[in-house]
Amino acid sequence: MIQFDEIQKRLLSEVADLHSVPEGAYNIRSNGAALGRASTANIEIIPKEGKSGIDIKIKPGTKNESVHIPVIMTESGLKEAVYNDFFIGEDADVVIVAGCGIDNCGNQDSEHDGIHRFYVGKGAKVKYVEKHYGSGNGTGKRILNPVTEVYMEEDSSMEMEMVQIKGVDDTERVTKSELAKGASLVVHERLMTHGDQRAISTYTVNLNGDGSNADVVSRSVARDNSYQKFDAVITGNAACSGHTECDAIIMDNGRILAVPGLEANSVDAALVHEAAIGKIAGDQIIKLMTLGLTEEEAEEQIINGFLK
Amino acid sequence: MIEFKNVTFGVNDEGTDKEIIHDVSFVIPDRKFVVITGPNGGGKSTIARLIAGIEKPQSGQILMDGEDITQMSVTDRAKKGIGYAFQQPVKFKGIQVFDLIRLASGKKISMTDACQYLSAVGLCARDYINREVNSSLSGGELKRIEIATVLAKASRLSVFDEPEAGIDLWSFQNLIEVFEKMRRDIKDSSILIISHQERILAIADEIIVIKEGRVLEHGVGSEVLPKLMGTDSAVPECKMGMAAKEGEEDDTV
Ligand SMILES: Nc1ncnc2c1ncn2[C@@H]1O[C@H](COP(=O)(O)OP(=O)(O)O)[C@@H](O)[C@H]1O
Ligand SMILES: [Mg+2]
Repeated sequence: MIQFDEIQKRLLSEVADLHSVPEGAYNIRSNGAALGRASTANIEIIPKEGKSGIDIKIKPGTKNESVHIPVIMTESGLKEAVYNDFFIGEDADVVIVAGCGIDNCGNQDSEHDGIHRFYVGKGAKVKYVEKHYGSGNGTGKRILNPVTEVYMEEDSSMEMEMVQIKGVDDTERVTKSELAKGASLVVHERLMTHGDQRAISTYTVNLNGDGSNADVVSRSVARDNSYQKFDAVITGNAACSGHTECDAIIMDNGRILAVPGLEANSVDAALVHEAAIGKIAGDQIIKLMTLGLTEEEAEEQIINGFLK
Repeated sequence: MIEFKNVTFGVNDEGTDKEIIHDVSFVIPDRKFVVITGPNGGGKSTIARLIAGIEKPQSGQILMDGEDITQMSVTDRAKKGIGYAFQQPVKFKGIQVFDLIRLASGKKISMTDACQYLSAVGLCARDYINREVNSSLSGGELKRIEIATVLAKASRLSVFDEPEAGIDLWSFQNLIEVFEKMRRDIKDSSILIISHQERILAIADEIIVIKEGRVLEHGVGSEVLPKLMGTDSAVPECKMGMAAKEGEEDDTV
């Protein structure tokens, strides 16, 4: 039985909704070492040789199983790059919960760079949830630079939920994906930055097969002096459909740069992008104030709803 | 009780000062159901916004139960007991109907209780309680949700700005019943409705006619209404089909 201390417990519940050891396959990484690991009959987790990280092998046809691979860091000054490869067998249907929580009370920067590659087999369905969270009042920064590559075979589908609401000082997220015939990718990103934080998110989606489709939607809030960049390029190389949307609220001295991009290399590619940045609509605040909320409470409710 | 004492309000419209409300005085007493009517552009919604504190007068006073609230914030007035259903309901992203009703009620309420307010305005609660209050709802649906939130707030003075706008004839019947019931259950509170509808005017204790920013008439409902018949200030129900159609067209914009 693994024993978690209080900080570990808090980080695990923030990033993976975990309150104890999860069911199914899991790998819990804490301060650069494996705190616990379990495989199941259908899902095998194998540590990599020569570098940090694991291979996650999911057998074809595996249904209704989950994999949890949270990472937590509580020591100041730790910097790591971890390589995780997911091999998802044909027709499998699984939930993968990743996430990284950093608690930095020290004055040295803590950094976790997770490099995730997904090989999604024919007809497989994946739901992927990744939450980032930072806490601790040290002057050391909490830095996360995730790289995610997704290779989708025919008729596979993947839904990605990427959430970073609090406490991460600096993040550069790069997500690349290649979709074969009939493959479907949905990405929901929710992001809030505050203080002097900086968050850069870059998506490259290549729709290579007929009937493939992608929907990349980001909702974000930049407060205080924070900065965000959202850069999403969808390339249509076949009879496909793609949609990207960036919907952002700026507050205080926040800054946001949205660079949605579309490239069509086939006459049958149908691609759409939408981007909107603005402050909270004044009439929304006034409406909630007429219900008895203060201006601050109204803003909080509006943002909570927006990022829900 | 709400009292306007010589209230004047204007805006700066593209560099020129424009007075909208000129030296308006009236009293909305407790236990009274008061309807404000009058031609479009006359200043009715502006008066509602002045009551809620969204606009502040340039001169004059607004009193609530004798207390001067002229400079009081929107939040404090809401807490003191002013409720306001907007003419144009506000849309949100992500906030659900239940959230709005819960915030309006100011306490923890159950789904069942929240649903009762929706049923009261003729919406099938089950279908709406978890919907987002966004543009996926039609103008008429938003309007009814707006009314439901003000019902949930249970205020000393509830102001409804053209509740009938954008609502089809059939639902309007239900709505009239909602207001008739509110009038019966009025207790010590008061209700102020801005409306052109004859059936709403017909249940008014008092009618105030606002035209060009002034009180043209203010008196007992049964005395004022006959003078309004046949004008745009009192539209009979049979003409509502047309009005509703115009409203529906608005929704698609
Ligand atoms: N913020 C504003 N800026 C300019 N004109 C306004 C503003 N608010 C109201 N008005 C004008 O004041 C007049 C009264 O408006 P309103 O109170 O909405 O009338 P009603 O509700 O009776 O139709 C209208 O002519 C309207 O155009
Ligand atoms: Mg009006």
